[in-house]
Amino acid sequence: MTATASPATRSAAGAPDLTRAALSGRRRFTNHLATAAIWLAVLLAVVPLALVIYEVVAKGGGVMNMSFLTEDIPNSYRRDGGGMAPAIVGTLLITGAAALMAIPLGVFGAIYLNEYGKQRPLARVIRLMADVMTGVPSIVMGLFIYISWVLLVGQQTGFAGALALACLMLPVVIRSSEEMLRLVPDELRQASMALGARKWKTTLTVVLPAAISGITSGSLLAVARAAGETAPIIIVTGIVFSPNVNLFDGFNTALPAQIFRNASQPFEAAQDRAWGAALTLIVIVLGFTIIARLISSRFAIKER
Amino acid sequence: MARNETDLSTRPSVAVHTPGVTASGVGTDSASVMQLRDVSVYYGNYEAVRGTSMPIQQNQVTAMIGPSGCGKSTVLRALNRMNDPIPGARVSGEVLFHGQDLYAKDVDPIQVRRQIGMVFQKPNPFPKSIYDNVAYGLRINGIKGRLDDHVEEALTKAALWDEVKDKLRKSALALSGGQQQRLCIARTIAVKPQVILMDEPCSALDPIATAKIEDLMFELTNDYTIVIVTHNMQQAARVSHYTAFFTAEVDDQQVRHGRLVEFSQTGKLFTNPADKRTEDYITGRFG
Amino acid sequence: MTLTNKSPDPRSALAQRGRSALGDRVFSWWTLGTGLLVLAILGLILITTVREAWPAFDAMGFRFITERVWDPNPATGDAIFGALSFAYGTAISSLIALLFAVPVSVGIALFLTELAPRRLRGPAVTVIDLLAAVPSVVFGLWGILVVGPALVPVYQWIHDVFGGVPVLGSLFGPVTTGRNFMTAGLILAIMVTPIITSITREVFSTVPRADKDAALALGATRWEMIRGAVFPHSFGGVVGAVMLGLGRAMGETIAVALVIGGATNITANLFAPGNSMAAVIVQQFGESTGTFTAALIGLGVVLFAMTVLINVLAQVIVRRAEARMKGSVA
Repeated sequence: MTATASPATRSAAGAPDLTRAALSGRRRFTNHLATAAIWLAVLLAVVPLALVIYEVVAKGGGVMNMSFLTEDIPNSYRRDGGGMAPAIVGTLLITGAAALMAIPLGVFGAIYLNEYGKQRPLARVIRLMADVMTGVPSIVMGLFIYISWVLLVGQQTGFAGALALACLMLPVVIRSSEEMLRLVPDELRQASMALGARKWKTTLTVVLPAAISGITSGSLLAVARAAGETAPIIIVTGIVFSPNVNLFDGFNTALPAQIFRNASQPFEAAQDRAWGAALTLIVIVLGFTIIARLISSRFAIKER
Repeated sequence: MARNETDLSTRPSVAVHTPGVTASGVGTDSASVMQLRDVSVYYGNYEAVRGTSMPIQQNQVTAMIGPSGCGKSTVLRALNRMNDPIPGARVSGEVLFHGQDLYAKDVDPIQVRRQIGMVFQKPNPFPKSIYDNVAYGLRINGIKGRLDDHVEEALTKAALWDEVKDKLRKSALALSGGQQQRLCIARTIAVKPQVILMDEPCSALDPIATAKIEDLMFELTNDYTIVIVTHNMQQAARVSHYTAFFTAEVDDQQVRHGRLVEFSQTGKLFTNPADKRTEDYITGRFG
Repeated sequence: MTLTNKSPDPRSALAQRGRSALGDRVFSWWTLGTGLLVLAILGLILITTVREAWPAFDAMGFRFITERVWDPNPATGDAIFGALSFAYGTAISSLIALLFAVPVSVGIALFLTELAPRRLRGPAVTVIDLLAAVPSVVFGLWGILVVGPALVPVYQWIHDVFGGVPVLGSLFGPVTTGRNFMTAGLILAIMVTPIITSITREVFSTVPRADKDAALALGATRWEMIRGAVFPHSFGGVVGAVMLGLGRAMGETIAVALVIGGATNITANLFAPGNSMAAVIVQQFGESTGTFTAALIGLGVVLFAMTVLINVLAQVIVRRAEARMKGSVA
């Protein structure tokens, strides 16, 4: 330590101990303990994620092959072999149909909230209720569609599943799209208005295109979540063992429902199929998620 | 920590306060408690302030003035390592406190801030009661017993006791801006630091509240060393014994850096600045 | 359209607004309609499910909630539909989930806002995103085939150690299977961690820099700064986040249905199998008819009412906390 030009003369105000040793043991210990606890919390989130992905890849990879993806589901849980083709077809068709319904409606709902309703009481209620609706259990949504659609048409169908998934996706799409619309700078709206464009034209031709990648990314995340929903599918779509591409007629099935049904069987063949279906589902869901992330990160760069 | 009564003879005379009245030279009648030696502050690769050297005299008010963006607040925050939590911030050179470099390897920033407190631009009391605000620093530092006495003493020194003694349990956020700022000063002096850094403490206050804080600063020099950053030259002239003038300069690579231009006694700096840039700044502002 | 109007008289160009303004009005009504869809769906859920569940409510009255027996096909007499055992299972598994998930979530949120070096922040957020992306049925599959069996010896050990202690002994009772309240709670904990973490993190990040600086300038350690500046500011928001997590845990169906054991049971023993409201619906819906179906839908009504109530409260708390923070920053 170098000496100062003129060290303090008053003794009481002299050089204090500034090293870590001066911190009381209790305080140092508490700080270290808290820091360790925080790191532990992160570890506690990483471990189950790593374990579940490892198990799915290891066990699902064992049964994964071309015939698993293309063959029908055996109609006995006991039997070896067969595949998940009907469930893969069902998942893609049902989720796709749900997205076709929920995304346009959700985006228009978001346009209402951000461009028209703003902070009006009605808009605030809708916003609150959309948030509440994201918390409605999927099983309840399944019961709702069962009562209001399946009982009405008298048949469990893939379309009923799509309706249930659409109801689950709708509030998520509304809220994420609203966030994206909010990021569109007001200058763009004013510029369009100043050219004499009507509000609806401004919204559809200027505001929406400006936010489209963010909306796409948020919607894809909602689709990914919906693809993994199980309870409503079990209640409203019934079950099939060979692919049914007609959503409006006849039972259908999906990967999550197959995982659920096969997981609780004591037979190894069924459990293997469950792992294989889980791997397929995770690949589909993560595929959507990664595409969504890529789109949104590209969007973020454009923003800067 | 116990602190001796300040020897009256070392107290600054009122005359030293008045701009234009020359006092004896730098570093002769009072000792420097801190010393900056070639201090530069970086944010990532950007050198925000370049090569600052100056003393901080004990029991005196040192003011840092200059146009905005000249790095005066950055230097102030370097004095008690408040730049540490900012990602990428780095300090080179030496900041000596009683001869000890604050950026030496074995120095704990927590101990540094315990000795060198800080009052911020905007009053920032915690969302707690008035009492708990003052007691916070005492509690975390494990000062036990007679907490009430310590709180009363700190509030009294901050000239706030009479106004709040009947509502110590009320939320600090209910106080006026000026009262909140004095509460923040009370909160700082409760832990008895040696140096108090003030970052434009009056910029959010009205003139009456400002006058109260300025009076308080003068009182506080009995026990504390004060460093104040201000954008208000009259304020620097009114309250400080020493003044450091900073400015922003563009170097060969067209990069802006903050630089210390001149450091001297306040009276001298305002009446007879040694540097042309100081003179331009002062006269420009004072008309 | 006014722009393409060729009329030489500017007044008539301005007077054209009638037709285009109609377009504006139709568009705004259409968007409003889609917004109202949310309210309509929530209202319809309530009306249709209550109507469909009515036979069961009618037959059981208040006993639907207070009765612990659930016997759809009794050997003699009328079927009995009491939801109490399942409500208990829902409550216990959700509480266990929160007990584990809340400290972990708060820890991760603190890591992300206060502790993480910049290069670790991205990966940590990715972990939370992935945790949220894994479908609940996959967690259920993992729970029933891997976690449950693996935990049996652990549960047995805990029972052996604490079995004799009062209170703890009844909580950690005899172990018969890995599919029980505890396993359900643990799996739920993993599933609600992402939502609690993301909201808590948002709340923490609204704490003003000035407050944290004030604590640090008084010589606070990082932990003392968190306790003194971060927690008081974010208490309300964290409570809201925890309630949202509770809502999710209560409504989670599939994972719980797989790992909770499927027994109609009220017991303090966390290592005993039980069942939850949501799980019972999905397990028994396929084989139900008549009043039985109505009773299962009745469980859905109770679940819907409770989750909506909790979610509304939580949203109001979070919104109020956010508004207060913004007010204090401005």
